[in-house]
Amino acid sequence: MEFGINPLVLMTFFPLVGVLVLVFLAPQQKNAMRWTALGTSLVTFAISLWVLFLFDPNKADNLLVQLPWFRLAGVPIQILMGVDGLSILMVLLTTFLTPIAILSTWKAVEEQVKGFMIFFLLLEVGMLGVFLALDLVLFYIFWEFTLIPMYFLIGVWGGKNRIYAAVKFFLFTMTGSVLMLLAILYLGLQAGTFSQPELVANRSLFAGAQLVLFLAFAIAFAIKVPVFPLHTWLPDAHVEAPTAGSVILAGVLLKMGAYGFLRFNLPLFPEASIQAAPVMAVLAIIGILYGGAVAFAQKDIKKLVAYSSVAHLGFVMLGIFALNPEGLSGGILQMVNHGISTGALFLLVGMIYERRHTREMSEYGGLWKAMPIYGGISLVVVLSSMGLPGLNGFVGEFTILLGAFGSKVLGSPWFAGIATVGVILAAAYLLKMFEKTFLGPITKEENKSLKDLNLREIVTMAPLLALIFWLGIYPQPFFNLINPAVEKLVQLVQSAAVVLH
Amino acid sequence: MTSMIDIYSILPVMIVAGWALLLLVVDLWIPRYRKGITALLAVIGLAIALGFVLASSGSTILGFNQMVVLDGFASFMQVLFLVSGMAAVALAYDYIQRMNINHGEFYVLMMFSIAGMMLMSQAYNLLMVFLALELLSIPLYVLTGFARTQLESEEASLKYFLLGAFASGFVLYGTALIFSATGQLDFVGIAAVVEAGSANSVLFLIGSALLLVGFGFKIAAVPFQMWTPDVYQGAPTPVTAFMSVAVKAAGFAALMRVFLVLFPSLSEHLTPILWVMAALTMIVGNIVALAQNNLKRMLAYSAIAHAGYILMAFVAFGNGEVVRNTVAATLFYLVAYGLTSFGAWSLVVVLEREYGKGILLDDLAGIGKVYPWLGVAMLVFMLSFAGVPLTMGFWGKFYLFRTAVQAGYIGLAIIGLLTSVASAYYYLRVVVYMFMKPGKPELQINPWVSFVIGVAALAVLLLSLMPWTILELASRAVLLLQ
Repeated sequence: MEFGINPLVLMTFFPLVGVLVLVFLAPQQKNAMRWTALGTSLVTFAISLWVLFLFDPNKADNLLVQLPWFRLAGVPIQILMGVDGLSILMVLLTTFLTPIAILSTWKAVEEQVKGFMIFFLLLEVGMLGVFLALDLVLFYIFWEFTLIPMYFLIGVWGGKNRIYAAVKFFLFTMTGSVLMLLAILYLGLQAGTFSQPELVANRSLFAGAQLVLFLAFAIAFAIKVPVFPLHTWLPDAHVEAPTAGSVILAGVLLKMGAYGFLRFNLPLFPEASIQAAPVMAVLAIIGILYGGAVAFAQKDIKKLVAYSSVAHLGFVMLGIFALNPEGLSGGILQMVNHGISTGALFLLVGMIYERRHTREMSEYGGLWKAMPIYGGISLVVVLSSMGLPGLNGFVGEFTILLGAFGSKVLGSPWFAGIATVGVILAAAYLLKMFEKTFLGPITKEENKSLKDLNLREIVTMAPLLALIFWLGIYPQPFFNLINPAVEKLVQLVQSAAVVLH
Repeated sequence: MTSMIDIYSILPVMIVAGWALLLLVVDLWIPRYRKGITALLAVIGLAIALGFVLASSGSTILGFNQMVVLDGFASFMQVLFLVSGMAAVALAYDYIQRMNINHGEFYVLMMFSIAGMMLMSQAYNLLMVFLALELLSIPLYVLTGFARTQLESEEASLKYFLLGAFASGFVLYGTALIFSATGQLDFVGIAAVVEAGSANSVLFLIGSALLLVGFGFKIAAVPFQMWTPDVYQGAPTPVTAFMSVAVKAAGFAALMRVFLVLFPSLSEHLTPILWVMAALTMIVGNIVALAQNNLKRMLAYSAIAHAGYILMAFVAFGNGEVVRNTVAATLFYLVAYGLTSFGAWSLVVVLEREYGKGILLDDLAGIGKVYPWLGVAMLVFMLSFAGVPLTMGFWGKFYLFRTAVQAGYIGLAIIGLLTSVASAYYYLRVVVYMFMKPGKPELQINPWVSFVIGVAALAVLLLSLMPWTILELASRAVLLLQ
């Protein structure tokens, strides 16, 4: 509070400063625009580190902001924001990935740079707001607000089928969220408040309609995650989005869905969560297997990565609905891991696409010889995505499987058993991709003269690689941030389980 | 004996009507090429009336032996009518010159119609309702056909006239039946007879249903919406903009006042009818709009759909607990819808070069790139129409849906929400064409039209961030509803 302004509010809305500067830049000052956007996002990242410094994992309401906004028909709508163990890593992931994504657009985006950067910074505001808002209406506003910049990023700067993909993305998400809006309205009417902590405390007021409310929220979040069978928008959006858009889409936007389950579904409707857990776990496992199998069949590298997201997010969902400390904290960590690994994969795909303008695996082969640095970085990232011990993916997946194996709610070790097949599938499709693009002799003439990564690209990848190793070797500090909040959530759910039996 | 209080109660209406009569004469001495003076005089007249409305708002008076009422609700509505009248004049000034229909009567007719609407919001006697209905409709029939010799305009005018005459007939017949059921025409008397239980309930019910049909035409609720797309397409665009906002609002003003004061006891019978009407209006409006390539027709169907959302909240008119929220939400929504609508129709005015040549979505290609501010303004309007959060349209829908949920019509709310997702598709199509399709549009934007667009966009933005300003006014207006 040193500046008399809450760091959370400052962080969330700081990107708007960059937007304001960008509006006044002339269209030809492209580099100035890039530096403005990068600078703004770096300052935002710095503020988020300050937030981390002030953060106390044992407190539920760190840096709480509570301002009355206005009353609608007697029910107050508040500007209520706070950060806890469930959201801190998501916030950091957002502020960390945004500058990296902006850095990746330096050469890739030449058309309408101003608009691109404005939408990107607006997107950051929306994402941070989603993770910090504790008032349901405020949350809903931020949640839907993220749609507009992403819709434009895909629709204006995307690939060939961009308009179709953008509209599909918009409509899928909006369909899910209108049902959530209905549930939010109902909650507000029943309890006379939209504040998440107060609603959690007064759960009994709407306990009768739990299952329906759970479903309304779950559909909105499941579309975003995406949970099978609501995932069909994802490959389209990913393939058509510009690289930076894919990075943010995979890295942060998908996490908003999983985070929604953690923040709203579990604490507001614990009994319904327990009842729904086996179903959700089955869907998660279908997602793991289906995503893996479809990824294996892809010829386009970006599509492969897109489907691998469906599989990875399946693990996250499985962890969350194991409803025990291991599963939940593993799930949250896996959200971070997926953001880093898949974000890095999309960046790598983008880099090779900028050079060759194709993403077909058959067009490559033997790239290692032409581009050794690129090959080396790719190997690390691919292995991390596969879950090789010592790298970040392993820690998350292992903890999740541990949680699912011992979960009382799921009641059967088979969930974990079948999910393990997904780990093998991941190894299969990722190694196949690596082999086809990097190993063997160089078969195509065009690939011989490819330039290796330049300094900017290495700088883009370096922070991601550092985190891949850090999370893989010493994840304890991350768990320390998550655990107290997770334990509190598990206690809440378990007390509901006692009532249920 | 007419007293000062009587005069005071309808002073703004008298100003508008009297000014219009004077203007009709004055216009004879204004040369053909300086009709801008007529437009300016019309706006001044409307502004003076607006001043009087604002000055007298807050008081509650029954005037002329309970023929008219002045209350917060009427004042709120009158501000809406007058402001949309001014906006329509601003849009029309350049438009009627371009289309070679530059006659001073245009503004005069518009003022008469506004006087009718204002009276409609004040009517407290069924005969007054009918009188106001005719006063607002007849000038509009003429305005719709104002581009005469253009077939589209004549066709629209004739259609509007025939169907409108039917609607008036329904209202008149309903009035007659209610009179025979209760022996009264003024609201106070009818309410007293109903209260005492001495009304003929069958005739009363049929009369109320006929009134519903008549008002249904004016607000373009399904199944009484047939005229809307053709009339909206054929009429001069500024008239269309005016109709889609002010006439609809006037229809709702009458519907709400009549139903809330006279028919709460019939809610058991009327609610299911309203439920079906609301559901159909939302579904038909939104689904058919999906298939439109002509911008004018698309906006016409979208106007139908928006009436459906308001009707949805109105279904609960007999539920005493919810009804205040219903009215406040409706007033708020009408403001949001009105601002957004005027903005969107202004774009049509800008694009329209030749009368009757439809504006296709293709004509929008590239606007976002070549005219970024116009593009951003339209983006704001489209998002607000679609009800994307933080826009004014969102708050409006939020409030309407909340009211529907509060009254227990969750099924209807689900229909409304799902159809509003469908609506996002066609509103986004406008955005897609403006921002994502290549094109080199060349537009001449009249300063008055850009003024309307700018003010509307700014108002939508500000009120999106500060919805409570209008919300408070709306809920205060309800408290004063007689």
